[in-house]
Amino acid sequence: MPEPTTTSGVGPEQLSFDAVVVGAGPAGAAAGLALARAGRRVVVVERGPFPGAKNVYGGVVYGRVLDDIVPGWWEEVPVERWIVRRSTMMMTGTQSLSVDFRTDAWGSAPYNGMTTLRCHFDAWLAGKATDAGARLLTSTVATGLVRDGSGRVVGVRTDRDGAELLAPVVIAADGVNSFLAKEAGLLPRAEASHHTLGVKEVLQLPPGAINERFAVQDHEGVDMEILGCTGSIPGGGFLYTNADSVSIGVVLSLPELGASGVRPETLIADLKSHPSLAPLLRGATLREYGAHLIPEGGYDTMPALAADGLLVAGDAGAMTLAAGLWLEGVNFAIGSGYAAGRAADRAIARGDCSASGLASYRADLEGQFVLADHKRLRKAPSLVLSDRVQQRYPGLLCDLAEGMFTVTNPTPKVGGLALTRTVAARHGVTLRQLAGDTLRGLRIFG
Amino acid sequence: MSATAPGARRWDGISFEERMATVDFRVGARAHISVDADVCRSCTTKACVSACPANLFAPTSDGGILFNYEECFECGTCYMVCNSEGALTWTYPDGGHGVVFHHG
Repeated sequence: MPEPTTTSGVGPEQLSFDAVVVGAGPAGAAAGLALARAGRRVVVVERGPFPGAKNVYGGVVYGRVLDDIVPGWWEEVPVERWIVRRSTMMMTGTQSLSVDFRTDAWGSAPYNGMTTLRCHFDAWLAGKATDAGARLLTSTVATGLVRDGSGRVVGVRTDRDGAELLAPVVIAADGVNSFLAKEAGLLPRAEASHHTLGVKEVLQLPPGAINERFAVQDHEGVDMEILGCTGSIPGGGFLYTNADSVSIGVVLSLPELGASGVRPETLIADLKSHPSLAPLLRGATLREYGAHLIPEGGYDTMPALAADGLLVAGDAGAMTLAAGLWLEGVNFAIGSGYAAGRAADRAIARGDCSASGLASYRADLEGQFVLADHKRLRKAPSLVLSDRVQQRYPGLLCDLAEGMFTVTNPTPKVGGLALTRTVAARHGVTLRQLAGDTLRGLRIFG
Repeated sequence: MSATAPGARRWDGISFEERMATVDFRVGARAHISVDADVCRSCTTKACVSACPANLFAPTSDGGILFNYEECFECGTCYMVCNSEGALTWTYPDGGHGVVFHHG
């Protein structure tokens, strides 16, 4: 790519580009890729020593978003396992009830979801951007916005001797804590209720043991989502199989975590020793413990996505879909980042990088899955984290299953409705509430 | 694993120190967290103490907070759950420093 313009003299060094992208995660890498492909001089600033160094997710990447961006991506992506089994489990301390789905369709191209580790995946996608001509600047923090006299964003300051990277448009892909979006007044300083904490352990297991215990072949993997494993704290658990390890963890609503006095890692310890999971993990050794915040507020808590000279993408724009049945984030980061890069290119071409000049970004996202999914499922986070779904239904459904399948001879079987009424009452739920929540769920997810 | 009552806390045999020893920290010279102990002394919840996944915050006998910045996941939980404006200042560590996840 052409060399950036350098200004030296009094004050900090200044480098000029067509666009500056902050963060080399999936959103920033996709933005850099789109801009580089458009022939723009773009720099991607990453505070870690390599892309993905600061990132933790569950996790699974759903690749459909990559079809247009990196055709044939599955031939080269650093995959751990292709997800062919998806299990949703509700548990109490002594019971579990799973809905377990498996399909061959997800085990061959073009695939559906994959487990991958972020230091591999993020570096791969960032490599696409640099191959296309983007400049990647690692180990560099964007410490603040540079503005012109009218308040328009015209670049970022860095912690490299205060050097400034200047451009008519900055894309903030700087993650869930996005200090750039906060400085621009787009995100509140700290809003615990919009966030969950994910804590995760990666446990090493031989590939053969994973295949046998999880009933999969080589390269095939399992995605388990778990409800009822976070005690009094709204949240959920997860378990994903990697090539020779298993990622297990919990996601916890921040305000209740703070108020509970419960240490997050103790909930992972509980989950690992649950009678339904412990046999799957026997003999596994801890390879890495980690934690990361998740912006789980959904559509209604998203910030404005554009200001004069500034676009926001990925977690910085709260684009993680935490809708119970669907838990997605990396795909939304890629989709929004690529759209931000293309919108920035159009704005540069027109010579108008004001908020209105950048407005095509939001319109683009509204027209595709990124905001359409979020908008359709906007009420899902509050239902999934509601008291009955969290505290009552896992136990209620487990007891219902136990009541259905416990053979009580010589006492005759109880009818389904009578059993439901008895079990619901035992869990402090009325049939009316049960019906109401079912209807609400159908409206939200249907 | 021994049998436990429903809801009872189970123990996985891994100490907190062993957990943290699995993580790669490239500690910088500058502390990226600062705490105003005077503000903390008036805080009744001290949610940062239990919520921090790296267990970096410890209450002191005089009601303040002691903290380490070295083994920080840089997640942001502490300042999000902190209910006293100005008690906790949190920035990113300098470029290239801090946590490096290899299995994130």
